[in-house]
Amino acid sequence: MIEVEDLSKRYGDKVAVDGLTFSVPAGTVTGFLGPNGAGKSTTMRMIAALDAPSTGRVLVNGKDYRAASAPMAELGILLEAKAVHTGRSARNHLLALAQTNGVPRRRVDELIDMVGLTDVAAKRVGGFSLGMGQRLGIASALLGDPQVVILDEPVNGLDPEGVLWVRNLLKDLAAEGRTVFVSSHLMSEMALTATRLVVIGRGRLIADTTVEEFVSRAGGISVTVRTPETAQLRRLLLGPDVAVSSDGSDVLQVRGLTAEQIGLAAWQARLPVFELTTQRASLEEAFMRLTDDSVDFRSHGAAGMAVAR
Amino acid sequence: MSAVLTPAAAAAPTAPATPVLKVTQARVLVSEFTKFRTLRSTMWTLLVAVVLMIGISALFSAVTASQYHTFSAAALATFNPVSTSLGGMMFAVVAFGVLGVLMISGEYSTGMIRSSLTAVPRRLPVLWAKLAVFAGVIFSVSLVASLISFFLGQALLNGHGLGVSIGAPGALRSVIGAALYVTVAGMIGVALGALFRNTAAGIATFAGVFFVIPPLTGLLPASISDHLSQYLPSAAGEAVWGGARGITDALSPWTGFALLCGYAAVLIAAAALRLRRVDA
Repeated sequence: MIEVEDLSKRYGDKVAVDGLTFSVPAGTVTGFLGPNGAGKSTTMRMIAALDAPSTGRVLVNGKDYRAASAPMAELGILLEAKAVHTGRSARNHLLALAQTNGVPRRRVDELIDMVGLTDVAAKRVGGFSLGMGQRLGIASALLGDPQVVILDEPVNGLDPEGVLWVRNLLKDLAAEGRTVFVSSHLMSEMALTATRLVVIGRGRLIADTTVEEFVSRAGGISVTVRTPETAQLRRLLLGPDVAVSSDGSDVLQVRGLTAEQIGLAAWQARLPVFELTTQRASLEEAFMRLTDDSVDFRSHGAAGMAVAR
Repeated sequence: MSAVLTPAAAAAPTAPATPVLKVTQARVLVSEFTKFRTLRSTMWTLLVAVVLMIGISALFSAVTASQYHTFSAAALATFNPVSTSLGGMMFAVVAFGVLGVLMISGEYSTGMIRSSLTAVPRRLPVLWAKLAVFAGVIFSVSLVASLISFFLGQALLNGHGLGVSIGAPGALRSVIGAALYVTVAGMIGVALGALFRNTAAGIATFAGVFFVIPPLTGLLPASISDHLSQYLPSAAGEAVWGGARGITDALSPWTGFALLCGYAAVLIAAAALRLRRVDA
């Protein structure tokens, strides 16, 4: 369980994190979403007590992490930036970390095996690929069998097999009752792994909710209907809790009715329907919609042209 | 929090199979020793330091022995067979300083420090462990190198009848003192590494204090430099092994060494404060 209370971080006059309050419960995977520069990494660093908050506080398992007597059993963290001395071998890196908390040596070998680094465990980390570095980072996060696991962009640089592995690992960790807090800019990845979401933009909280709720809040499900009789069908469908929009051509967007209901209504009224498609707003769209005003580094060019058209 | 995953520290006594995790100063010390011995760069720097120590000391002794008959009266007056045989210390100290700086700056430049401090969020045990490992290893290694330098140097000087035994006045103190000097100077390097969190800045400052400032005081009028140069860290430290030649009013050996320790203590305190207070 992670509790973040009124957390802020200022660097000079730049506010990186601004009054965040949320909690990450045990037993589920909670995704941490936000555009680049939203303050995700800074927040994670404050949870791990690497950075001191300007205001507010963080509790890890109900305690101040700095006061933990066995920190590695409380919290394991994979930071986005590499946190490994490049001159040391993977095994020695893990061994040195394990020794600080009294984690036995066999646990080091166990984890090397688990993350699939057995063949390169004696090689210097400097020569590791991004994916191997991520695996090593995940191994070090899990050394102390922690109750809280925080992973900043864990699938970065992993191959498809590795992505699947991380996805299952996160679910397994949560199923074991751990608190799993994972950031990613890959919305689709979050949709597959997370059940809860904390969304921030420009250091402020945008949403602290479940994935389902988040998606429905940002549009939910709609049905696309293509028919030459748009005006008639629209009149037929409209009612309480039903919204119909049209872009003027032969297409209607219907919210509040299922495809079955629309198809049946059209058939009964003998209106021709050429297309009937259910559209589920993706997490990606929901995210874009809700964080639209909070993007710090917007890309120009292609996106701008699409709007102009 | 689920009972399944209660941290080992709080685990029920009915589960003795679970290792009891806990950060202790002794464990952090073991960890830091592992870090020290598992870096090739550390081992190479240590080797260079030892080679400089023994090699240059031997060179000093050999050259002095062969040139002794050409010495002026003034040179003869300051000739000291013990400090001559330990002359390599003046140069080896830079290698130990670099090693000290790298102990911490290397962790900052690679990002390792974030792993170290997440594992030990109280932070200060990491600094104490680094200093202890450094001091322990460097003192042992440099004491051996210092003894070898002494006996090798005396053997070379003896060829010209100039050598003394380890029982000579001040000889043993100088041999041990030389090892103490490079150890404490290196610890100043450790503190500088923690203060700057940057290898280049740490090494440049160390080299500046130990190699650039001392000759610069020679440019000052003697009325000023005579009251100043003996208090520089290098001169104060060299007093303990007799290397502080050419300095008027040099401090007595142990006073000089105490002053060097004082400088180190101040810098270490500043490093501890910075480690504790400033974001990693």
